[in-house]
Amino acid sequence: MIPGSFEYHRPQSKAEAFSLLEKFGDEGRILAGGHSLIPMMKLRMAVPENIIDIQSLADLKGISISSNTIEIGALTTQYEIIHSKELEAVCPILKEAALLIADPQIRYCGTIGGNVANGDPGNDMPALMQCLNAKYIMENASGEREVSAREFYHAAYFTALEEGEIVTKISIPVPASSSGYAYEKMKRKVGDYATAASAVLLTLNGNECISASIALTNVADIPLFAEEASSMLIGAPLGNRGANAEDVINKAIESLEAICEPASDARGSAEYRTKMAGQMTRQAINSALSRAQS
Amino acid sequence: MKKDINLTINGREVSVQAEPRTLLIHLLRDDLDITGPHIGCDTTHCGACTVDVDGRSVKACTFFAAQVDGANITTIEGIADDDGTLHAIQAAFMEKHGLQCGFCTPGMITRAYRLLKENPNPTEEEIRWGISGNLCRCTGYQNIVLAIRHAAETINAKEAAE
Repeated sequence: MIPGSFEYHRPQSKAEAFSLLEKFGDEGRILAGGHSLIPMMKLRMAVPENIIDIQSLADLKGISISSNTIEIGALTTQYEIIHSKELEAVCPILKEAALLIADPQIRYCGTIGGNVANGDPGNDMPALMQCLNAKYIMENASGEREVSAREFYHAAYFTALEEGEIVTKISIPVPASSSGYAYEKMKRKVGDYATAASAVLLTLNGNECISASIALTNVADIPLFAEEASSMLIGAPLGNRGANAEDVINKAIESLEAICEPASDARGSAEYRTKMAGQMTRQAINSALSRAQS
Repeated sequence: MKKDINLTINGREVSVQAEPRTLLIHLLRDDLDITGPHIGCDTTHCGACTVDVDGRSVKACTFFAAQVDGANITTIEGIADDDGTLHAIQAAFMEKHGLQCGFCTPGMITRAYRLLKENPNPTEEEIRWGISGNLCRCTGYQNIVLAIRHAAETINAKEAAE
């Protein structure tokens, strides 16, 4: 499969990249790791006339961690996320999720910026970013702005990213060190997109759940932050699984299944995938509770 | 329009002209006559086209030639010594019978090469996850895993002796 012809550009600075984007408008596409765009171009489902390869933009690389905030450059690869000991120490769910993306070769190339900015509902990082309440920093020639991951996705491949903008950085609040977390993904084989996947982050005070955040991958045309289900866990005595804990979890999962709208496809019927979103969430809550320190 | 692409491939500096849309696997096979990396699925699944680009195992069917301008690439052709002595991984695939039809083998060995550079003493499980981007339809993977494990032992024993 041979992609259509295009002109190739490799800007050496952000300013040069912005001016190319402005010049080409919707005939220019940013290429980062290329592992979403190139397959689409080989199928001729994408036929950009100009490819702007941002691999040389050093400003978009690297991970920096302060006491409150993790900043990940958009060009940071899944491989780099998996192998960053510093990142694993403060936010281990990133590694857990990244290891479930594609396969080793693809993880050397695929970037976090591409994964979140592309708007493909099958991508894993968007729901995780919603769970972690991350913000995306987007820049163009006239400056930068930030949008919450929970507000970024409008429809499949339609996002808050405006023409001429590049997602340059992801900013994540450092989760409490006592928090429990899990990313549970059901897939048919290595390399597959999720049949359903669920990201859970919660904290306990004693046995009481004092914060909870759940988001879902690939069970709608956008990632889903399950706001109601998350809030239903808060205040419940989940820590020792006592009293009405199971009841609360069951009700939260019912509420979360109600917002799922997956397609019926080769991964299963809509009904099945909805139930699997519930099941992945149940597993993720259980795993998060076992990891949380009260 | 063709553009100049300069690469180091298997230690040799190469200058070639190609359209930007040329895929790396086609540049290697059609323009440079480096036919060890195979085209299996052509859809980023099978790993038969795996090559090493700047210390990363990548699938050459999902790279534009233009992206690797300036890169340092190793293919299966560059893994043995110059005098033809097989690399320990190649020797281990022979000894442990880590192949049947051989189609996936260049990708498997090139991937194993990077895996063992990063993790010189992998467990069986780490090997299986490490080669999870490479498909083999003949062997059932058993002997491939044995071969990579055996290669790790050979390399480590040799380094310990030095």
